[in-house]
Amino acid sequence: MTETFLKIEAITKSFKDNQVVKGVDLAFNKGEFVSLLGPSGCGKTTILRMIAGFERPTSGSIVVDGRDITDLPPNQRKIGMVFQAYALFPNMNVADNIGFGLKIAGAPRQEREARTEEMLKLIGLPGYGKRFPFELSGGQQQRVALARAIAPRPSMLLLDEPLSALDAKIRVSLREEIRAIQRELGITTVFVTHDQEEALSISDRIVVMNAGKVEQFGTPFEIYNKPQTRFAATFVGTLNTLDAKVVDAASKTVSIDGQTAAIPALPTRAKTGDTVALTMRPEAVSLANGVAKDITLDGTVTEVAFLGAVIRLKVKLGENTVALDTFNDQRRPPPKYGEAVKIGIAGSDILVLDQ
Amino acid sequence: MKQNRMWAWIVFTVGALYFMIPLIATVVFSLRMRRDYLSFDAYTSVLFDKQFHATFGYSLIISLFTVVVGLIVTVPAAYLVRLRLPQLRPFVEFVTLLPLIIPPIILVYGYIKMYNTSSVLPLTGTAIGTDILLILSYVALGLPYMYRAVDTGMRTIDVQTLTEAATIMGARQLTIITQIILPNIMIAVLSGAFLTFAIVIGEFTMASLLGRPSFGVYLQRIGISKSYEPAALAVISFAITWGAMGMIQLLSRFAPRTSVRNT
Repeated sequence: MTETFLKIEAITKSFKDNQVVKGVDLAFNKGEFVSLLGPSGCGKTTILRMIAGFERPTSGSIVVDGRDITDLPPNQRKIGMVFQAYALFPNMNVADNIGFGLKIAGAPRQEREARTEEMLKLIGLPGYGKRFPFELSGGQQQRVALARAIAPRPSMLLLDEPLSALDAKIRVSLREEIRAIQRELGITTVFVTHDQEEALSISDRIVVMNAGKVEQFGTPFEIYNKPQTRFAATFVGTLNTLDAKVVDAASKTVSIDGQTAAIPALPTRAKTGDTVALTMRPEAVSLANGVAKDITLDGTVTEVAFLGAVIRLKVKLGENTVALDTFNDQRRPPPKYGEAVKIGIAGSDILVLDQ
Repeated sequence: MKQNRMWAWIVFTVGALYFMIPLIATVVFSLRMRRDYLSFDAYTSVLFDKQFHATFGYSLIISLFTVVVGLIVTVPAAYLVRLRLPQLRPFVEFVTLLPLIIPPIILVYGYIKMYNTSSVLPLTGTAIGTDILLILSYVALGLPYMYRAVDTGMRTIDVQTLTEAATIMGARQLTIITQIILPNIMIAVLSGAFLTFAIVIGEFTMASLLGRPSFGVYLQRIGISKSYEPAALAVISFAITWGAMGMIQLLSRFAPRTSVRNT
């Protein structure tokens, strides 16, 4: 049985008349790495800042390890935090930055020095203690910021878009390092990002947020493959959305640009004559190539993008266009622009979302 | 392009002559105390004058207290305005500019009226009380320079994020100001301090009307009764002011580097 470590209950936050967090309930397990994912202004950073204590919830409560910390000032929460802008103290060298939290806590000098050395080794920067922040690269500064956050052994770690200011290559390597360190320490971590790839690649679970509400909370696998809302489906990954008309609700038959198909996933509430949105990932669609599929549709290739291992095609069915990914097969060249093709979709890969 | 440069040199030369000629004349005059040849007699006379030592020492102490009190007032004020009350910034900036708009003579008359012996806080009743009043007057006088210098220093660092980073690690407000904010704006603070020092050390109006034995008052008294010594004193006070300005320039070379490299 997993143990709930952080519990956010019915939390709301308003800035004057603008409610940015609208009744959010969340429970994170001990040692879990959870990402808050959503577009700008969705409330993810506000939730993180409420956990840190920099913002006070308008209503609701935050409980960490069974202790209500809603009204506790940030300097008494024993939480570590890494900021987007590094926020290293420019007047202190790396060692002093890392040892700052321990110094504030009154740790003796020897203990501070030993812990600082340990942290420098952990982040792969041994011997960097005497350097000043301006002498480090962005990636190194953020690693020092991580070491500084975890040096005082906080109960929880908050990461506020820590990779956004870094270039693409360093972002990937640093996120792997962060995840490895988090696993090693087993520290409950909340990571805020607007980058879906980042969230999908390192999280145990993801909270997809939109307009101050939780759209979906689940594992990356669930979020990607079983999106529960239209927003979660469209925000995470690429999604095909086909508008279809229900021609016979009883037999779950729909018409897509004049071509009929049976959709087992069609909800019972759909009535004949309704318009429904059928969604599927590009990798769930394939070129039929004579292979029988639940649904087979005729279309014309309008775009061919060779991406190396994968080829992304766009096939126009009429009003609807479908993107599909197919593995590169050196024995079989991809269809050409304007070529008529048949595409196949497995019924189980189709999700029907409300319009 | 060449013509532009020529005009720039002409303007610079005219400006330099405008400032330098009176200064050179004062220096030369201060060296002419002994008939027919140049000497440092006027400087010797001034530097060995007990009144000079007493008034200069007094103004030095008052200046140091002014700088300290000014810092105690402006650093937390600028910090809190930046962090918690940014909407008050235009108002605070206006208030800090008031000493430039209101002449010192009006200010000091106001203080005398407010803190005379028949008031609730009779600061002018004792010498110490008057000194305190003089220091507070000087703090107000130096406010435009001190506040601006501190505020400019805070603009170079991310006050909010640094504060949050220190807070989440358990630091309290006083620790954050003294260990994080102040060291990072120290150069700006020292610039403000030297500027205030340079203004206060030779100030006459406030000290005179409050009846305090300051260096400015001594300068004025010597100017009435002697001929060569005032010129020597003018050169000395000019050197002190330039020394303070030079220190600002020197310290700005040691400003902490906060820039971030991208890779």
